[in-house]
Amino acid sequence: MRFSGFKIIREGLSGHKGWDATWRDATPKSHYDHIIIGGGGHGLATAYYLARRYGKANIAVVEKGWLGGGNVGRNTTIIRSNYLLDGNEPFYELSLKLWEGLEQDLNYNAMISQRGILNLFHTDAQRDAYIRRGNAMLLNGADADLLTTDQIKNRYPFLNTKDARFPIKGGLAQHRGGTVRHDAVAWGYARAASLLGVDIIQNCEVTGLDIKNNKCVGVITTRGPIKGGKIACCVAGSSSRVMAMAGMRLPIESHVLQAFVSEGLKPLIPGVITFGAGHFYCSQSDKGGLVFGGDIDGYNSYAQRGNLPIVEDVCEGGMAILPNLGRLRLLRMWGGIMDMSMDGSPIIDKTPIENLYFNGGWCYGGFKATPASGLCYAHLLATDTPHETATAYRFDRFEKGLMIDEKGQGNQPNLH
Amino acid sequence: MIINHPLLGPRDAAEFTYLGDAGLIDRPDGMAENALPAFIDYGYLRDNVAGNHRELWFHEQGDRSWLVVTRHTVTHEITNVELASDVARKRGRSK
Ligand SMILES: Cc1cc2nc3c(=O)[nH]c(=O)nc-3n(C[C@H](O)[C@H](O)[C@H](O)COP(=O)(O)OP(=O)(O)OC[C@H]3O[C@@H](n4cnc5c(N)ncnc54)[C@H](O)[C@@H]3O)c2cc1C
Repeated sequence: MRFSGFKIIREGLSGHKGWDATWRDATPKSHYDHIIIGGGGHGLATAYYLARRYGKANIAVVEKGWLGGGNVGRNTTIIRSNYLLDGNEPFYELSLKLWEGLEQDLNYNAMISQRGILNLFHTDAQRDAYIRRGNAMLLNGADADLLTTDQIKNRYPFLNTKDARFPIKGGLAQHRGGTVRHDAVAWGYARAASLLGVDIIQNCEVTGLDIKNNKCVGVITTRGPIKGGKIACCVAGSSSRVMAMAGMRLPIESHVLQAFVSEGLKPLIPGVITFGAGHFYCSQSDKGGLVFGGDIDGYNSYAQRGNLPIVEDVCEGGMAILPNLGRLRLLRMWGGIMDMSMDGSPIIDKTPIENLYFNGGWCYGGFKATPASGLCYAHLLATDTPHETATAYRFDRFEKGLMIDEKGQGNQPNLH
Repeated sequence: MIINHPLLGPRDAAEFTYLGDAGLIDRPDGMAENALPAFIDYGYLRDNVAGNHRELWFHEQGDRSWLVVTRHTVTHEITNVELASDVARKRGRSK
């Protein structure tokens, strides 16, 4: 089934009875050439690009819960490619370009909205760092625009530009950045992959890896064992748990990140704004709620909910730049488990175990990476060589001293 | 979360900063034969369990002591709190 304007009008007139299920809810077969563990954004995108771009067949995605129940359905939906380091920026720029063509590619409305992102700065040193970052972005073919306080006031008159503890001195804008309807990304990839013959198997938790003579030959699941050619782990916050089934310890800690949505408002914030002197970022959903977040809670956690000190911290950050937030009530808040890596950057690599592959360590920036992560992981699975934009995302970068540490924090996952 | 400090009694977790796995107490011997792999392991690899986790907390807004807290990473239930110096001493270190 393809979506089109004509079909919507026809269905509208005939009571919407002609729509099919968005994807096939498959039951597991005994063998697949490719088994992708984890039906989040990255796992589904990997399956799609494997089938579509690399022409592979006989692919399964096994998901322990329901599609979209992990971080892909819990994030604050921001996409951007404003990274500094060479290991990262070409990858994230590839991702942004894929987002720009995604809806046509998938024939699915993911509500991609390039409403722009603005990173505020508050000191001279921070301005210099942002100029450097902006130049690195331009060199990698991304867009970057340094805005003055007046330009910012023009666009966002309600920002606290003057009498704040951290006065706003300007900002680095990426006008191509923006937001995406996160669930629609999971649904869109699932539908497109399913149409290409990928089996999407929900409520099927991987509980063991079948490893013989250092070679992975299948997975044990709550719905029985499944044999596989290549097994690709893609489980975000559960990375350490699944790879422990192969006896591997990872350069990753799991931490909880919270998100918040206010009651609905009339249009107030046209783009995405981030505070530079604390951790706070905010956008407005199409339904009108302000969607915002900040730091992770800071200690290892597998609880998909956060604690109160961070709620206070995030709201303080918000009040510092948007004093008009003070009257708002919070409508909802929730948490998701982040795979925080030792240098703040991800891993897309083979493992020491033959036919077992790994994708993880996305920290709290993996939603924007979804298309490129899927494409690069599919490339690795199909060709056994890293994609040209993902050559730095290797396991051995830690022992080789080739960390990709955007923030310069060192091996302290809760600070990235 | 409340951490029951062995010297000061129950304290709000917000008074503390978090370092990570309590295995960090056991810094490898830099002169040993296997120092390189031991330090890669020490610096970068973690068990990251979903369950009881022994971890280092620093009482930054308090008496500035290091604690080893045993906390469940799914429920946040804290079942044991020790002074890190006691833990190290029990292993024959820092007399
Ligand atoms: C509050 C919050 C805000 C965020 N904001 C942003 C943002 O603004 N921009 C951005 O770029 N990123 C953001 N992120 C990060 C982003 O959401 C994640 O990095 C990204 O979604 C991770 O990839 P995924 O979609 O594949 O993960 P997930 O959707 O978590 O997929 C992993 C899947 O694996 C499944 N799984 C786990 N264990 C097993 C098993 N044993 N067997 C089978 N399946 C298993 C899980 O059920 C899950 O569905 C945010 C995250 C959170 C929590």
